Amino acid sequence: MRSAGLSAHSGPVAVAAVAVSPDTALRAPALTAARLAVSRDLTLAFRRRSQLVQPLAFFVLVTLLFPLAISPELARLRSIAAGVLWVAALLASLLALEFLFRDDAQDGTLEQYALAGQSLTWLLFAKTLAHWLLTGLPLSMMAPIAALSLGVGAAALPGILVSMVVGTVTLSLIGALASALTLGMKRSGALLALLTLPLSLPVLIYGARATELAIAGNAYLAPLELLAALAVLAVTLAPLAAAAAVRISLE
Amino acid sequence: MSWTWFHKLASPPYVYALAARLTPWFAWPAALLILGGLYAGLVLAPPDYQQGEGFRIIYVHAPTAWLSILVYVVMGVSAGIGLIWRMKVAHAVAASCAPIGASFTVAALVTGSLWGKPMWGTFWEWDPRLVSELILLFLYLGYLGLRAGFDDTQRADRASALLAVVGLVNVPIIHYSVVWWNSLHQAPSVMQLGKPKMPASMLTPLLMVLLGFTLFFVALLLVRLRAEVLQRERSASWLREALRA
Repeated sequence: MRSAGLSAHSGPVAVAAVAVSPDTALRAPALTAARLAVSRDLTLAFRRRSQLVQPLAFFVLVTLLFPLAISPELARLRSIAAGVLWVAALLASLLALEFLFRDDAQDGTLEQYALAGQSLTWLLFAKTLAHWLLTGLPLSMMAPIAALSLGVGAAALPGILVSMVVGTVTLSLIGALASALTLGMKRSGALLALLTLPLSLPVLIYGARATELAIAGNAYLAPLELLAALAVLAVTLAPLAAAAAVRISLE
Repeated sequence: MSWTWFHKLASPPYVYALAARLTPWFAWPAALLILGGLYAGLVLAPPDYQQGEGFRIIYVHAPTAWLSILVYVVMGVSAGIGLIWRMKVAHAVAASCAPIGASFTVAALVTGSLWGKPMWGTFWEWDPRLVSELILLFLYLGYLGLRAGFDDTQRADRASALLAVVGLVNVPIIHYSVVWWNSLHQAPSVMQLGKPKMPASMLTPLLMVLLGFTLFFVALLLVRLRAEVLQRERSASWLREALRA
């Protein structure tokens, strides 16, 4: 684990040294930089697996709470399954935000990213992408399984998977912005929820609707398209805002 | 066009004096308009043929709801100005807007649910406007919470300004997604506000209180802005001289 952290450090530091010289030919292309940032985060996460497992376990636990609190009757569970899945996914992705920037802010990696001469927006987008691969995507894969346990028919599973995949992209990006804004703070848990949840409501509305339609066996393309529109908007704007927020916190 | 007036607005001493001079020009008309509008609305206007006397709460509810949105826009725009031109005074304006806006939002929620009791039979209906208003309150609270989280004013200014701008982009998205959500789950809203034509005896007082509350907000903002400038510039020499004079 230690050596992974060290070797991961040497990359951005070297790039930062290059950025001082005006010779831009020495700078790695943006795509390579992004690929390196993604693979660094993935490597670190796979060496510290609790980070991968905790949000998933949380997601399953929250879905488990509903049958216990409401009733084990599958017909009733099926009627609330869409809402349960999305609320659980929203809370789990909120919980996972802790892993996004905190360690990198503490050990100075984020500062090196900001100095690296690469576009910070682009690097943060890569980091968020890695975060989504580590939390959003597994959550989306887990959602159909959780849906089965709530009495949802197998025919609805592709719809659930697709809407979760598209929706969690936006959730990760909103989360990246919110956690970039709260970077400098000692305790930011409740504030992070207060910042993230209101902005995530459209995702919840369209995502739960698409899932609900999929469970009922209806066409769910319309809410899915709106969900995708939100994802496009978030992909284009959120990294810019997150980069600005990181710069503010590094000032 | 000369930009001198804009550059002058970046100077705290100038704004401090200007705010003091402008406050009565907004406060007195606001007081007259609100008192006159309330008298005309609560006493002179005829009762509504459907809602009876209950409709009169519109003379408090509509202005607070209007201001809850207007204040957010003012906050977002001045935060954006502060972020782009690094203008301290613009950040001070945004910071002074937030508590005012949050208070108007609470007032709009309370009067809205009080109005809901006679009209809908419950204090809380999952009506898109009420839900959007509640979310707006959380956006204000998030802004205030983010500001409170920083010890350093400058960082609080810039981080919260970014949040305000992001919120400004998101408010219409959130609002229309809530409207869309609501259109699925219940029949079109029970009450069509503003749609039926209002007679002049009802409309004139409404316009009076709308304008009056807006001027009241400006006056409040100017007072808060002075307090904010005082706090930010507490160690500045111009302030010591201004206070001694």
